[in-house]
Order: sequence, then C-alpha cells, then structure tokens
Amino acid sequence: MSRPRPYERTIRTPEGVSFTIPLAGPVRRGMAWSLDLLMVMALSGAVSAGVHSLAPLSRDLAQALAILAYFVLSVGYGVLLEWFFRGQTLGKRVFSLRVLDVRGLPLSFPQVMIRNLLRFVDSLPLFYMLGGLASVISPRAQRLGDIVAGTVVALEKDFAPPDLAQIQPEKYNSLSAWPHLVARLRHRATQEQADLALDAVLAREDLLPGARILLFAELARGFSGLVPFPPEATEGMSDEKYVRNVVQGLFAGGGRH
Amino acid sequence: MIVDLARFVENGRPSWEELARVLTALSKNPEREMSPEEIARFHFLYQKASSDLSRLHAQSGDRGMKSYLETLVARAYGEIHGSRPSRRVRLRDAAAWFFLAFPRAFRRRFAAFALCFLAVALGALFGAGALVADPQAKEVLLPFSHLLGNPSERVAQEESGESDAGKNAASFSSYLMTHNIRVSIFALALGMTFGVGTVMLMFYNGVILGAVAADYVMAGEGLFVTGWLLPHGSVEIPAFIIAAQAGLVLAGALLSRNRGIPLAHRLREALPDLTALILGVGMLLAWAGVVEAFFSQYHEPVIPYAAKIALGFLNLFILVWFLSRAGWKKEAP
Repeated sequence: MSRPRPYERTIRTPEGVSFTIPLAGPVRRGMAWSLDLLMVMALSGAVSAGVHSLAPLSRDLAQALAILAYFVLSVGYGVLLEWFFRGQTLGKRVFSLRVLDVRGLPLSFPQVMIRNLLRFVDSLPLFYMLGGLASVISPRAQRLGDIVAGTVVALEKDFAPPDLAQIQPEKYNSLSAWPHLVARLRHRATQEQADLALDAVLAREDLLPGARILLFAELARGFSGLVPFPPEATEGMSDEKYVRNVVQGLFAGGGRH
Repeated sequence: MIVDLARFVENGRPSWEELARVLTALSKNPEREMSPEEIARFHFLYQKASSDLSRLHAQSGDRGMKSYLETLVARAYGEIHGSRPSRRVRLRDAAAWFFLAFPRAFRRRFAAFALCFLAVALGALFGAGALVADPQAKEVLLPFSHLLGNPSERVAQEESGESDAGKNAASFSSYLMTHNIRVSIFALALGMTFGVGTVMLMFYNGVILGAVAADYVMAGEGLFVTGWLLPHGSVEIPAFIIAAQAGLVLAGALLSRNRGIPLAHRLREALPDLTALILGVGMLLAWAGVVEAFFSQYHEPVIPYAAKIALGFLNLFILVWFLSRAGWKKEAP
C-alpha cells in the first residue's frame, strides 16, 4: 500500500473500502481564519454601536454589554458556528473547508469546544505562529488544537460527477474496426498507461499547445509499440486523435466504426 | 484489468445521484428523522457506492470518477458510522450538564485538582514568607501599581467612600468575568506544555495571593483583606484551580503511557471531562464576577465585614458541597 501524500487522510471503512479525504493546507486555512476574524470584528463593531445606544439610560450597563458581547463573539464564534453548521464557520464555508473528526466522522461538541479554546496556545506568541508551525510540520496539517481534539480540516468537494464526454463511445472511432486488436491492447496496457492517457484526454483543455503535442506524441508512441494497428486504421490521424481512440477502446468498450 | 468506464457510469449513476440527494437533504436538515425504509435504502446506496469505489480502486479508471465516488462514500460513511447529536440547546440538558457532568468530572479527576491546589498553596506560602522575610521585595512580588501602596492608607480610603467602587459595577463585573475566563482558558491550554506551564501559573498566582494577604495582615488589616477577598475569592480561586485541573488532565493524556493506549485515544477519552470542567469554570467565574463587583468592593460602613466574611464562607460551603455531592447518587460505579 502506498504511503498517503501530505495533507491527505486515508480512511478504511468497516466494509473494507478505503477513501481519501483531501485536507486543507495552512495557507487556505489562514485565509479562512482571516475572513472569520474580519467577521468577528464587524459583528463586534455592530453590537458595540447597538449597545452604546443604551448609554443615555445607563453608561455602565452599555459598557458592560459591549464587553460581554465582544467576549462571547471572540470566543464563541468558532464554537457556535462549527457546532451548528457541522464544522463550518463563514470563512470555512467561503473557502470550502469543513472540520471533521480525524476518523472521517462528524464532530462531537467536546471536539468543537476544545479545538477552539486551544487557539489561545496556537496563537502564541503572535499571529498563530505556533499553530501555523504545527500545521506545517503535521502530516495532517493539524494545529495543536486539532491534535488534542482529534480533528482535521478537510477540503469540501461537491457532488458533481466528472465530465466523461471526451470518451463517450458515440464518437467515431476507426480503431474499433479491429476489435481483436483493441482487446489485445486492453490486455497489454498497464493501469498506469491507461490512467495517464485518460487524464491527458480529460485535461486536454488545461494543457499548453506545445506541451499537449509532446504529451500525446509520447503516449501514442507507447501505445503503438504495444499493439500495432494496420496503417489504414491510423492514416492521417493526429497523435491526439489516436490516443483518444485508444482511450475510448480501453475505457468505453470500443466505439462506433 | 481496465474498467469499461462508460458502462460503469451508466450503471452506477442513478444510485450515486440518489445517494447524493439523500446526503444533501441530511446536510440541509440534520435533525430530520429517517423512516426505517429510508434508513435501509440509505445503507443500500452507501454499500453500492462503496462497492463501486472498491471496484474502481482495483481497476483502472478516471481520477475524477474516483474522487467523486470517494466524496460520496466519505460523506455517507460519516452519516452512518458517526453519531448525530442534536444541535438544539435545551435547558434540561444544560442543567444536567452543570449539575451532573461537571461535578462528576471534578471528582473523577480529583488528583489533578489536588496537585494544582498544592501548587497554589506552596506559592502562597512562598509569597507570604518572602514578604515577611524581605518587605522590600514587595515591588518584585506584586508588580501591580494598585497593590504597591500602604495597606492602611488603602483601607482608610475604601472605608471613607472615596473610592470609585460601585460607580461602574456592571462594566467592572463584565470585565472581571471575561478576563478571568480568559485566564482560565489559558490555564487549560497550558496543559499542552505537559502541565509545566499550568503548574507554574498556579504557583505564580499563589505567590501574589500570599504576598497580598501577608502585606495586609502585617499592616493590621487582616479583617479588611478577609472581607475584601473572601466573598468572591471563595469561588474565584477554586475556579482557577479547576481550570488548571483541566490543564493537568490534558497533560496527563499527553504523557500517559497507560496500557499502551494510543495518544489519539487517550486525548479522545479526556475531551468530555475537559469540556465539562472548563464550562463549569465559566459558570463559577460568572458568579464570582458578580459578587466581586457588586459586593466585595463595598466595605464598612456600607457592608459589615462580618456579613462579607459570612457570604464568603457560605459560597465556599455551597461550592464544596456541590462539587463533592452533586450527581453522587446517580453516578455510575
């Protein structure tokens, strides 16, 4: 079994299935925290302005309420939001982050409470230096509060399935006229070769033109070395088209002649 | 073996999308109760997605597809295997926590409290002894300007009614509550230093307490200082020590080599007690802040010292009774 990459958490379920949770790095978390800090300051300012309207009645009472409001907001903001919104504050929501139990389970209240209270240590000596250092060193990007509470901050992914239109079998595929050769190719190609070709086809729009030409030329050379197709099957075909046809053959059961 | 991705997606998509809809509904309304049929269907969809993911892991396939299925399985796994405690705040639960969970956690972790109490007591003895032996050390022992003056002059000023006590009682009370709770959270968090910082903080506070008490007693103002500190100190000082107790519980979980239990498990076991203790401390300090601002700062002739000292002892008695007896009968053996 390969070693998990940094900032990932691999979990094996009782059903015997493994899945990987991508974890947030310190920079993204820092940005979310900055937004939360701005929120706390804005809310405190608004509450302070509100309670000071009570000053004509009692200046002492208005000041007392302002002190309490700032305290509740600064300490309670993270606790309350992460509890009621299942691991998300406003900053975390904007930056697609969510706090989870390190075992991939939802948070308990003690976990939310303790990870937020230990910010007092993480923020030492200033600007979250200790917590930032801990999260850089930790393979799970955990600050000290996370380590004690047994939590990680995961990157939220949406439920949108990937677009597989590039390999749909409806498109014309000249290689499918030789199904025995396609079957041989499926047998001889390694998983790594197949995965690489699939990734290249799906990510073609993200590649620079020069890099794309070089990559598909290299992939085409590799596949043609495994199973040579007759010249009429590949005549006038670009390397990219050839690889695309190969991928359709590998992953989409061939294609239409 | 390379999976036929197109057929794989065609076959799996309806059940994956149904699972995604269930998870989205649960995310929007976590309190929603599912019927037995819905639960059974949810489990089926989870197992189907798990099986598909397992097949994709074993065979070659698109990384985006794997990532999509991993997201579905991860979220469903969390919903099925994790508890879903209610987010509603009920008064009954809050009362049960304060009157049961807090004192039980205190008793369960009493050794840590005793150690912190010892640190404060030793600090107080050291502070008092140092001031008696070397009165010039006052500036070092008490680095607060309002404590450096002559105790008798302070008493005369307080008793003449010239002080500002009572003019800003509400804001002073709020300040004391929030400041003391912050210090308590800090005492808990210092448990991360394997308890060294927590014990040092307790010792240092003990030094200040002992030096102040000795300073006033030596000046013949023992009655005043008792009436001044006891009403709120009888709650505030134990509350600080309980916060430090939580710090040592944390340190104990970090340091323990007991039965080869992994660190993560030891910390997980300690979390409920840490939470109960620190929330309890918050409640105690809120009460202490009210007493200090609205009672302790008034002196004779406004409030007789005997009444202030009696309130202090009453506070202490109730606190000791509460921590030692509350929830005792229902406590699990």
